[in-house]
Amino acid sequence: MAEQKLLMTEAQMDKAIHAMAEKVIEDGLSEAVLVGIKTRGVPLAHWLARRLAQITRKTPKVGELDINLYRDDLSEVAEQPIIHKTDIPFSVDNSGIILVDDVLYTGRTIRAALDALIDFGRPKFVRLAVLVDRGWRELPIQAEYVGLTIKTKIDEVVKVMLEECDGKNEVLLKEHFSKRT
Amino acid sequence: MSLSVRHILSVNDLTKKDCALILKTAQNMEEISERSVKKVPILRGKTILLCFFEPSTRTRTSFEIAAKRLSADAVNISSVGSSLSKGETLLDTAKNLEAMNPDILVVRHAQSGIPHLLAQAVDCPVINAGDGMHEHPTQALLDLMTILKVKKRIAGLHIAIIGDILHSRVALSNIILLKKMGAKVSLAGPASMIPLGIEQFGVPIFYDIRKVIPSADVIMMLRIQREREADSFFPSLREYSRFFGLNKETMKHAKKDVVILHPGPVNRGVEIAPEIADGEHSLILDQVTNGVAVRMALLYLLCGAKK
Repeated sequence: MAEQKLLMTEAQMDKAIHAMAEKVIEDGLSEAVLVGIKTRGVPLAHWLARRLAQITRKTPKVGELDINLYRDDLSEVAEQPIIHKTDIPFSVDNSGIILVDDVLYTGRTIRAALDALIDFGRPKFVRLAVLVDRGWRELPIQAEYVGLTIKTKIDEVVKVMLEECDGKNEVLLKEHFSKRT
Repeated sequence: MSLSVRHILSVNDLTKKDCALILKTAQNMEEISERSVKKVPILRGKTILLCFFEPSTRTRTSFEIAAKRLSADAVNISSVGSSLSKGETLLDTAKNLEAMNPDILVVRHAQSGIPHLLAQAVDCPVINAGDGMHEHPTQALLDLMTILKVKKRIAGLHIAIIGDILHSRVALSNIILLKKMGAKVSLAGPASMIPLGIEQFGVPIFYDIRKVIPSADVIMMLRIQREREADSFFPSLREYSRFFGLNKETMKHAKKDVVILHPGPVNRGVEIAPEIADGEHSLILDQVTNGVAVRMALLYLLCGAKK
């Protein structure tokens, strides 16, 4: 069993997401739509949408994006990833979009998400919101809205647990790579 | 998750888990075909050879569109005008095609067993797109998806397959696959078109379609394969249509929520009346749409198959 450390409790996660919502409003982006990156970006996008709705009294639209069809590492993974459903229930053309994901690491997922979004149309702008930025970028990608920035070792794992997927809300730092999901 | 097989040759080889993975992937890929830009980059740089040594419009186009929506390069080869018509053996053709490094070979042939033979001869995954009177696994998978989308289940459904069972590879693949998934399958048609020994698949046989229609949840009509001289198996098309055709009169006995499938091409007015083929119970065009999604799923899943 690898050692693990608690990075964020549910209350801290909520506080961070609330702060993100406030910054989104401050930046004048209350009309933006949210797109969650599967799997854990989707419940996070809904969480952010609820916090935005508390401030503006208007729930932003939330889409779901599966980036597996846009991955750049298919020749390297042992098995074909399972394809999940992409559901963008609004026009991407001319929309302001905030992409939401749990952890920002190499930046390759976001690269794939940008390619996927652009296949749906030409957004007015795309911003990025992540709960945890753990460093080790391999591509020139930065997040506008970040819940927690931490320094990590390359072989550590930041595990964002969400009630919808894992039964509870918390963020853990694990020492070694267990099986990558 | 990956498939338990490297080739799609017979539905016999597929486990229930394989079918679930194929259908789930297909359903999640459907959305791609509804976009204004109908293309994703997942199979960029993959080459898919479509070897149709027997005429085909629907299946060939379906595979080609599926490949292109996933950004693979699809190359068509037909027997007419190919080196086969210049006397090259099929195995030599296959070896030559393999030397061009394809990632998947899709094969249709008028002779049963050719895709199996090629799968042993070449190094890449092979998909059987219909071999003689034997099997047509991708058709059975798209039929399964079509039924599942409307009926939400397969187990416990009664599915009646009606018509030219003898010449139909669609029928054989469907019998095996639907039985595997827990459906009850009955066959009906003229005695001359029910193959000997088919009852060993555990399917009751009826020579009067009125006996099977009232309890059917799904009616699968088969085409009279006139290119295989099927019309010498009964006195006249008119008589066939009268006794074994699906029309307003026979449909009166069917369940209210029955759905009708037909693998196409339809002989209008022979095995199925135009108003039924175009009617509210018909899923014939849904089958075509689902066919693209199922083939996209198979190409994707097989491209990741390990040697």
